[in-house]
Amino acid sequence: MSWFSEAISSTLGRKLLMALTGLFLIVFLLVHLIGNFQLLANDGGESFNIYAKFMTTNPVIKTTSYLLYGAFVIHIIWAVLLTFQNKKSRPIGYAQTAGSSNSTWSSRNMGILGTFVFIFLVIHLRGFWYEMHWGGIPTATYDGVEVKDLYTVVQQAYEQWWYMAIYVASMILLMFHLAHGFQSAFQTLGLNHPKYNPVIKSIGLGYAILIPGAFAAIPIIMFLQSL
Amino acid sequence: MRIKLKVWRQKNNADKGGFKTYDLNDISSDMSFLEMFDVLNEDLVRQGEDPVHFDHDCREGICGMCSLYINGKPHGPKQTTTCQLHMRSFKDGDTITVEPWRAAAFPVLKDLVVDRGAFDRIIQSGGYISINTGGVPDANEIPIPKKDADKAMDAATCIGCGACVAACKNASAMLFVSAKISQFALLPQGQAERKVRAENMVAQMDSEGFGACTNTGACSAECPKEISLTNIARMNRDYFSAKVGSDNV
Amino acid sequence: MKLDSKIPEGPLAEKWSKHKFGVKLVNPANKRKYDIIVVGTGLAGASAAASFGELGYNVKAFCFQDSPRRAHSIAAQGGINAAKNYQNDGDSVFRLFYDTIKGGDYRSREANVYRLAEVSVNIIDQCVAQGVPFAREYGGLLANRSFGGAQVSRTFYAKGQTGQQLLLGAYSALSRQVANGKVKMYSREDMLDVVKKDGKAVGIITRNLTTGKIQSHSAHAVVLATGGYGNVFFLSTNAMGSNVTAAWRAHKKGALMANPCFTQIHPTCIPVSGDHQSKLTLMSESLRNDGRVWVPKEISDAEKIRKGELKPTNLPEEKRDYYLEARYPSFGNLVPRDVASRNAKYVCDEGRGVAKTGLAVYLDFADAIKRDGRDVIESKYGNLFDMYQQITGENPYETPMMIFPAVHYTMGGLWVDYNLMTNIPGLYAIGEANFSDHGANRLGASALMQGLADGYFVIPYTIGDYLAQNSYDKVSTDDEVFIEAKKEVEDRIDKLLSINGEKTVDDFHKALGLIMWNNCGMSRNEADLKKAKIEIQELRAEFWENVKVIGTNDELNQSLEKANRVADFLELGELMIDDALDRSESCGGHFREESQTEEGEAKRKDDEFSYVSAWEYSGPDKPETLHKEELVFENVKLTQRSYK
Ligand SMILES: Cc1cc2nc3c(=O)[nH]c(=O)nc-3n(C[C@H](O)[C@H](O)[C@H](O)COP(=O)(O)OP(=O)(O)OC[C@H]3O[C@@H](n4cnc5c(N)ncnc54)[C@H](O)[C@@H]3O)c2cc1C
Ligand code: HEM
Ligand code: HEM
Ligand code: SF4
Ligand code: F3S
Ligand code: FES
Repeated sequence: MSWFSEAISSTLGRKLLMALTGLFLIVFLLVHLIGNFQLLANDGGESFNIYAKFMTTNPVIKTTSYLLYGAFVIHIIWAVLLTFQNKKSRPIGYAQTAGSSNSTWSSRNMGILGTFVFIFLVIHLRGFWYEMHWGGIPTATYDGVEVKDLYTVVQQAYEQWWYMAIYVASMILLMFHLAHGFQSAFQTLGLNHPKYNPVIKSIGLGYAILIPGAFAAIPIIMFLQSL
Repeated sequence: MRIKLKVWRQKNNADKGGFKTYDLNDISSDMSFLEMFDVLNEDLVRQGEDPVHFDHDCREGICGMCSLYINGKPHGPKQTTTCQLHMRSFKDGDTITVEPWRAAAFPVLKDLVVDRGAFDRIIQSGGYISINTGGVPDANEIPIPKKDADKAMDAATCIGCGACVAACKNASAMLFVSAKISQFALLPQGQAERKVRAENMVAQMDSEGFGACTNTGACSAECPKEISLTNIARMNRDYFSAKVGSDNV
Repeated sequence: MKLDSKIPEGPLAEKWSKHKFGVKLVNPANKRKYDIIVVGTGLAGASAAASFGELGYNVKAFCFQDSPRRAHSIAAQGGINAAKNYQNDGDSVFRLFYDTIKGGDYRSREANVYRLAEVSVNIIDQCVAQGVPFAREYGGLLANRSFGGAQVSRTFYAKGQTGQQLLLGAYSALSRQVANGKVKMYSREDMLDVVKKDGKAVGIITRNLTTGKIQSHSAHAVVLATGGYGNVFFLSTNAMGSNVTAAWRAHKKGALMANPCFTQIHPTCIPVSGDHQSKLTLMSESLRNDGRVWVPKEISDAEKIRKGELKPTNLPEEKRDYYLEARYPSFGNLVPRDVASRNAKYVCDEGRGVAKTGLAVYLDFADAIKRDGRDVIESKYGNLFDMYQQITGENPYETPMMIFPAVHYTMGGLWVDYNLMTNIPGLYAIGEANFSDHGANRLGASALMQGLADGYFVIPYTIGDYLAQNSYDKVSTDDEVFIEAKKEVEDRIDKLLSINGEKTVDDFHKALGLIMWNNCGMSRNEADLKKAKIEIQELRAEFWENVKVIGTNDELNQSLEKANRVADFLELGELMIDDALDRSESCGGHFREESQTEEGEAKRKDDEFSYVSAWEYSGPDKPETLHKEELVFENVKLTQRSYK
């Protein structure tokens, strides 16, 4: 398998992993968002909790979620590798740079943006996912089935304004990460064609604004509801 | 025009180097940027000081030798080569900062002169079609669609200046390497070695210490020959399919 | 000394085939026992070095730039000729041969030129196989254009960057041999001397431009492909580093210099804008297909234009002098380069030149734009117009372009025989560095052809003939001859560094350029040439007393590099003057005012000057000895050129 390790450790291979995991995460975000919308169902959390239970117990979903963890881990580790290798490629920097004249801000700051997204993830996972799996959270019973009442955990979290604020701020950073990341992943995969580029660019931009926007809407709405 | 020049001076590769400032009072806006340096250097020599060393040869924008990083941009404010930049692009009283290309793979030799031998070594690793002189078919034997020939030409216009590396925040050489890979990938003559070429050239590029591309696009935006980012995409495609499909284990 | 051009016997069309059969061959297994040095990696050098490597020889290749890909061949724009007759318009090897001989004003060898035309067809095949992206038609076949007033379309091109694409092709072949270990490439390395032993060339001395290290390299044969010496004029379209050093040092070691005064001055260059000017930029000749050349009829109008009081666009038609169209009704603006250049000089000498300096004429596209529309003109010349605007700051769509002639190419160079070997056994010269194929004037798109013909298809055969007659033993670099040559080079560098005078190297170079341009440029006469000879001698003497070269030898030292080159130009300049003085006829690019027709056109004197002037160095500050190689024309009839 030396060709394989050679391939993924090359500069192009690293990028490939970033792009594949990035795209996977993009798909995940969409699914995750749809699920999360059930928080707004106004049924006291019933559908959300059932959904959460399904998501943590269904074997198919469980396997995918391992894939997801893997994707995150690879994406993050390779992001760190990539960023440091790239830094090493220019040990002495310029005294003056005019970066904004030739590239977008987000494209030049993917590492920093990603780091913030990572911090968000830690907070986020600690708050919900950890609680769901290992935390002692209250339960609720629907139609005789007992499920963990994740809804309440979420609801309580978003009642605190600062918790809500962290989420909103993080989503804005994610927006920038995706604004570059979405189309960048296609370029990395070699999918660059004058006919389709404008489509990829607009879908990417739309995705980058709408999805994190919608994510941000959930804590905002729940916070407002709690007032 | 009056110009304040802030120039990187470094005696040799081992020297630490630093900026030095020079005031130039009698600059004509018709001068080329390098002619402005000629004026400075003539003055320096007359005063017994070492002139500022920089690379240049054709002064026509085609040899790719000139390589100054001017006010935060490779080749200065215009999308052209340093030698084709003229002083009318600046204003009276401007301060102009001039630095060498910065990249681990381009060590500074002196002042603004860097060693771009890495580019040669990348070409040596596969930037050719392996045929010997003589014994080739008639030039018109293989028709090549004009569209493909034109695209190959667009990729082939790269002058090997290294501005892409200088512009890229990752000091990545992807644009340069992909331009050569693309030229041959677009032509029927290049197909025989298409895969192994992509594999070898990328491997050499990596071993030279260039960074990875994060698709910022600065390279293409600054490239004096407007080499397109589609070349990088094509290289990625070729490389991945080569890695998956080639016989190299 | 007897000059033996070694032209093979037999009918013109069979000479080369017969010769190839007649030359001695080196057994494939023995090729690796021979080392060849190639100095220069332009079209000629790169193609030769690559071909040698492919054959199995061990090659060392040198260039002074940081990469072989940057040799000056890269700058050629227009195209490359080949007698492919793809356009079915009556081209043939013989026609290309004939055009080249005639274009060179009958001052080149028939046999060499015929061979050039013959192998031209192989060049295109070779380059296409290498992946050179020549322009193509929609059907996928190669496109051609007519170039430089040729009557057939035989020029192959790659946008306006033909030289670049051809060089990159040769460079890729060279790189492949470097990777194979057959060629060792030395970049940023200046050749400073040829080393001879028992009359044969056995190596060279070089200076590593980064470290200053003086090094000896030994080989069985040395090939110089070091390009032209147009920079003797300071201002030329050549690259800043183009120089005569390699050829000149060979000359001083006994190699003859042939026709040094034959210089080509190109009519369409961007005019000088001021004293700071460091080089001149060529605008493709193709511009003359649509542009009309003119100056004001009246000196007073020209003066107003120069002062900026009058705009050229406001000068009415009847006050303009379309002098080329008026003097040469049948060729008009498309007269050959030398004729167009000379006439521009005349109108400027009369005081009718434009631009602030008075040294420019108009090349006006207003009529073409009116006739074909701006779009058509833009599609044909868009990038040239952009380049012009970038350099001058003026928009040629709105105000007429200004042009002036500039030194462009040197037909003269090291004398070589049919095998491209100089009179020093084992020392070869190819490409622009030799004198061989262009006579007194080079046709457009023929230099690229010659460089590649020499490198790919001629020297790989002919060098074997010499090597096969030599033993495998190589002279050691510890041999006395190397030690001596190295010492000479070091002494000279020490001398340059120790003068520490008042004037910079460029001061001298500019002064020399001016002398050459004014007296040995587009039009030459005995009195001026004699005066110039003395001026150059004085300037050279002053150089060695008063030049200021900064720094030491042991570093990257561009001021020293330049000094080394200018010192040689100062000697070459005088020889060019001698040559121009000797040749009191006009031919091609060499116009002697004493030899013109009543209408002021160049007049050749075939009975007196049908020879190649080959000059032999006779020692410092001694007059050189002239040897004449008579030119024999068996296949073409000599005619006077006429473009009326
Ligand atoms: C602006 C311009 C446009 C032109 N356009 C055309 C055209 O359209 N068609 C055409 O046919 N011709 C054209 N020509 C002419 C043609 O380009 C040249 O004549 C030809 O390319 C010369 O090639 P060469 O290989 O002999 O030398 P060059 O390409 O000049 O190469 C010289 C080599 O020698 C090396 N060298 C020189 N001195 C030393 C030294 N002392 N030590 C070590 N190395 C040394 C250099 O590094 C370089 O590698 C043009 C020329 C110019 C200037
Ligand atoms: C939901 C979370 C995330 C998503 C959807 C996501 C998505 C993406 C995408 C699509 C790319 C582009 C890949 C390419 O150009 O080929 C990318 C690149 C990158 N990501 Fe993320 N990412 C996420 C989280 C993170 C995190 C947590 C980090 C950092 C720790 C990070 C750091 C980076 C970096 C450094 C790049 C490289 C820039 C580039 O290649 O263009 N990302 N990401
Ligand atoms: C603001 C809106 C969001 C809400 C309300 C939310 C809610 C939740 C909840 C409740 C869980 C626990 C579910 C479980 O363990 O089954 C969870 C898991 C998770 N969330 Fe979010 N999330 C939000 C945004 C995000 C974002 C933007 C990301 C990525 C960048 C993200 C990444 C994850 C991951 C990786 C998990 C673990 C998934 C798994 O175990 O399969 N979430 N989220
Ligand atoms: S791709 Fe552009 S910037 Fe990079 S080396 Fe080539 S010409 Fe220069
Ligand atoms: S600037 Fe650098 S990041 Fe990629 S697109 Fe160009 S190589
Ligand atoms: S000096 Fe040749 S490109 Fe600038």
